[in-house]
Amino acid sequence: MLKVTIGQYYPAESFIHRLDPRMKLLCTLLFIVFIFFITNFLGYIAAAIYLALIVRTSTVPPRFLLRGLRAIFFIIIFTAVLNIFFTAGETIVLQLGGFRITQEGLLNAGRMALRLIMLIIGSSILTLTTTPIQLTDAIEYALKPLKKIRVPAHEIAMMMTIALRFIPTLMEEMDKIMKAQMARGADFDTGGLIKKARSLVPLLVPLFISAFRRAEDLALAMESRCYRGDVGRTRMKKMKMAGRDYAALGVLLLLIAAIFALNYVAGVFGIW
Amino acid sequence: MAIEIKDLCHTYSRGSAFAKKALNQVNLTIDSGSFVGLIGHTGSGKSTLVQHLNVLLRPESGQILIDGEDINADKARLKAIRTKVGLVFQYPEHQLFDMTVYKDVSFGPKNAGLEEDEIKERVEAALTLVGIAPELWEKSPFELSGGQKRRVAIAGVLAMRPEILVLDEPAAGLDPRGRNEILDQIKQMHETLKITVILVSHSMEDIARLVERILVISHGEIVLSGAPAEIFAQIEALEALGLSSTQTAYIMRDLQAKGMSLPDNIFTVEDAVAAILRALK
Ligand SMILES: Nc1ncnc2c1ncn2[C@@H]1O[C@H](COP(=O)(O)OP(=O)(O)O)[C@@H](O)[C@H]1O
Ligand SMILES: [Mg+2]
Repeated sequence: MLKVTIGQYYPAESFIHRLDPRMKLLCTLLFIVFIFFITNFLGYIAAAIYLALIVRTSTVPPRFLLRGLRAIFFIIIFTAVLNIFFTAGETIVLQLGGFRITQEGLLNAGRMALRLIMLIIGSSILTLTTTPIQLTDAIEYALKPLKKIRVPAHEIAMMMTIALRFIPTLMEEMDKIMKAQMARGADFDTGGLIKKARSLVPLLVPLFISAFRRAEDLALAMESRCYRGDVGRTRMKKMKMAGRDYAALGVLLLLIAAIFALNYVAGVFGIW
Repeated sequence: MAIEIKDLCHTYSRGSAFAKKALNQVNLTIDSGSFVGLIGHTGSGKSTLVQHLNVLLRPESGQILIDGEDINADKARLKAIRTKVGLVFQYPEHQLFDMTVYKDVSFGPKNAGLEEDEIKERVEAALTLVGIAPELWEKSPFELSGGQKRRVAIAGVLAMRPEILVLDEPAAGLDPRGRNEILDQIKQMHETLKITVILVSHSMEDIARLVERILVISHGEIVLSGAPAEIFAQIEALEALGLSSTQTAYIMRDLQAKGMSLPDNIFTVEDAVAAILRALK
């Protein structure tokens, strides 16, 4: 079978893996929000130390994290370049024709790149240590309050679970159909945009047909087992917060406190 | 010699944690115009092997020569090779996509850049060969029955006029009648078109009555090869590989054990009937 690692879960038995997915989701969101509050390099050092500790505890090999970074490498470079050239500032470091590179621009670029990198590493840790199913459970829980305004939280989570379950299946199917059409001389690689788009028809039509067939089968199978949505449904594996979850949250709160303290210190001493 | 495979190895997801060795040092030759069966249980590497024959997969190491030409040597020859070797995938009906049966079958010849007349002639010939009546040609392929869909899909490959036709489990999932129809048509194609046919299957019964030579694959290696009579006589060897001989071969063995004097090497129903009648006379 074609092995596709969705959200690239890295199976292990670490402290981070065992945390309640809801707490991990909350902490990741908090972390992402608060790295945007950092104003100076001391804060970034604190956040980096925190991240390094998390990575160590999670036992995920760093190369898995770097892989995620590689995917968005160009976005990082791109935003950095934009920041370098388009930040207004006084202290000119280098004059290049009409463009000038300023100290403010360089600082901004560095900050933005650091934020992006930390954001990616932080969210990768979440997906690497949480199975997709756990993650959707956590999201369902997080969406629960929205049920009051008729947001179908359970249904959204169920759809995400099903989608995640079928991505590898459909990838495998696509691989097969692609090969079958290539055996009939189909060419997916060359030609202009229009020709390329047209060449996708023999791939997408069978793929959609098979997806619909699978969807129908699955719907039947769910109904024949009396699935009727959220109401009265209980769980086989109940999520439960434990001491370690509150400890994890505590460590994060410490980091947030440190960020604000360092912001204050940096403000007083004029550190950038 | 049509096909010559030398020391072929293939590993999926090479170099990753999910690496899976699917073919290991495969060596074989298949003569031009022969009808060969490739047998092995699920996951033994049959599909992997046949996908190498028209460069849908590339060898990790080793060589594949078709009519003396190394098919992986020159990328510019890819189209020519895929025309020469027609591959019908398992469940080929899943790849149907066009509005009508006719258009779907013409997909291959169109990709080959043929003239309109030539395409028409080939498509009609291919559809006739697989027994799809002209009334159905303008229908949507999705309206047809399972067996008909599969035959349309096979016609789609036949319309490319391959010199070597490879069919990956063409009878899988069909009812007994659909199975027999398809297999008989394949036999007929082999005889009328005089092309090399490689039939992949895990069913002994299907292969027994059709092919001239059998290759048995297990864990990515060719472990037995020979005429059907030789292969099916090796009941123990086949069972050790998780396969079985034909039901008829088992019946004949049991009858022999019960003291009936029957010749060895009988593995099709037709031969068995004749032999038993002879023994009872
Ligand atoms: N795309 C793929 N990625 C990874 N492993 C695969 C892939 N296709 C097949 N395999 C593995 O290779 C082995 C041989 O598969 P295959 O050639 O499909 O066997 P068969 O057709 O005889 O059932 C199996 O163990 C299978 O799991
Ligand atoms: Mg197969």
